[in-house]
Amino acid sequence: MINYINIIISEVYKILYVLVPVLVSVAMVVWLDRRIWAFVQKRQGPNVVGPFGLLQSLADALKYVFKEVIVPSSANKAIFILAPIITMTLALISWAVIPFSATQVLADINVGILYLFAVSSLGVYGIIMGGWASNSKYPFLGAIRSAAQMVSYEVSIGVIIINVLLCVGSLNLNEIVMAQKNIWFVIPLFPMFVIFFISALAETNRPPFDLPEAEAELVAGYQTEYSGMMYAMFWLGEYANILLMCAMGSVLFLGGWLSPIEIYPLNLIPGAIWLILKILFLFILFALVKAIVPRYRYDQLMRLGWKVFLPLSLLWVVLTASYLFYFDLLPTV
Amino acid sequence: MLAHSIFFFSFSLIAIISAIMVTVSKNTVHSVFFLILDFISISCLFIMIGAEFLGMIMLIVYVGAVAVLFLFVVMMLNVAQQKNQWFSGEFTSKHIPIGIIISSLIFFELLVVIGGWKFKPDLVNSMSLPINNISNTHSIGYVLYTDYIHVFQLSGMILLVAMIGAIVLTFRKRTGVKKQGYFRQISREREEGVEVVNVQTNKGVKIDD
Repeated sequence: MINYINIIISEVYKILYVLVPVLVSVAMVVWLDRRIWAFVQKRQGPNVVGPFGLLQSLADALKYVFKEVIVPSSANKAIFILAPIITMTLALISWAVIPFSATQVLADINVGILYLFAVSSLGVYGIIMGGWASNSKYPFLGAIRSAAQMVSYEVSIGVIIINVLLCVGSLNLNEIVMAQKNIWFVIPLFPMFVIFFISALAETNRPPFDLPEAEAELVAGYQTEYSGMMYAMFWLGEYANILLMCAMGSVLFLGGWLSPIEIYPLNLIPGAIWLILKILFLFILFALVKAIVPRYRYDQLMRLGWKVFLPLSLLWVVLTASYLFYFDLLPTV
Repeated sequence: MLAHSIFFFSFSLIAIISAIMVTVSKNTVHSVFFLILDFISISCLFIMIGAEFLGMIMLIVYVGAVAVLFLFVVMMLNVAQQKNQWFSGEFTSKHIPIGIIISSLIFFELLVVIGGWKFKPDLVNSMSLPINNISNTHSIGYVLYTDYIHVFQLSGMILLVAMIGAIVLTFRKRTGVKKQGYFRQISREREEGVEVVNVQTNKGVKIDD
């Protein structure tokens, strides 16, 4: 019995060791997002609370905590309350498999990439449940839009993952990173990296694909009826999901925790730092896209997913497979 | 081992209870949510018996895609109206006997499959399955495209035919719908879009298009 308790305590310690930095960095990343957005538009952005406005997200979070949580009287209460909880949980549990170095990983499971893909595809439920349970037209429209959008872009992300897996021969995230020891997959699979990035934008409902919450048409989409802490949980979950997509992109294409070149001073920097730098790089790209690209029309969005990205990535699977087969480079088990 | 069995039985309990709730619950959307819970606990069971690849694929395909489309359709239905049609007063709805027939068929199939596997383990020839210390994802990969290629391709063809059939059945050509051609819109030049006309006083311009 004592044995079990010891195991549980050490596991909880390890989980907190990953989750607390993730939550703190989500708050920081919201600040970074707003600052970059402001920078592109020649505004100041949040710069009052704390040094450079760094504590702005903390202040916002405190404000949300003290606001009243309003549940609409005609809402389906259980599902209405469950929706932000599910969004937040799903955004956080996927960090269990992200490798921060060869040994620093919570769960080094065999099917790590499939787990990531599965959890990110479950993310749509938080939005659908919130939209449906609100019992109001705008949230419902937002939920319907996001259901169609996320299912479509998931398909192309899956095919892109197949591309990487063909080169690696394993579903384990650490082995995917180690396979990029000689060359990062962003170089041979560059078109796939671009498509992955755009699909990740659509998968996380970021601009230019933020149609589920397009404020010009749908007020705030699925979050319209939410207030106080429940709204803040949607918001945290959304940004945690964005960070997760960045982490997935850096593991799949940018070499994860590997340093760019294996030379002496760069070797000493721990892998976690490299991973964080790559995640930040991708996140800054996300924020720039938000600032400079106008929103898509819905039919254009669906067309881009099904008629452009899916055939392109399927074609690239055929090309990669034939190249690897012809030059006898297929990974052996 | 104790913790393992506790988790296993709690997942199976959740699976059974949510499967019952799918049929019992009055609200259609609630029953889809219970179906999702059922899928998730089944995939947890898969993972607990060591078939992690199948569990994850179950999660991706059924929960991530199929159930979303279910929910999509069910949420669109006008549920209140349908309820009145189905349970209007007398207990003579036609879907109960059909349901009993289909469920007994499925039960019979399950009996055949499980019985065959229980009493004749070499019913399916699995000689080339290498039972080494490779992961089960790899072992599926070894046999799926070699020994079972024909069965695999056949099931793919059946799915393709079903998909084409569904599209053909629901396809209709609508008249009077304006379509937007993306290339035409983007490649519009100034010359085709704008025309500079010298307007004479008190005459105006006649636009003909």
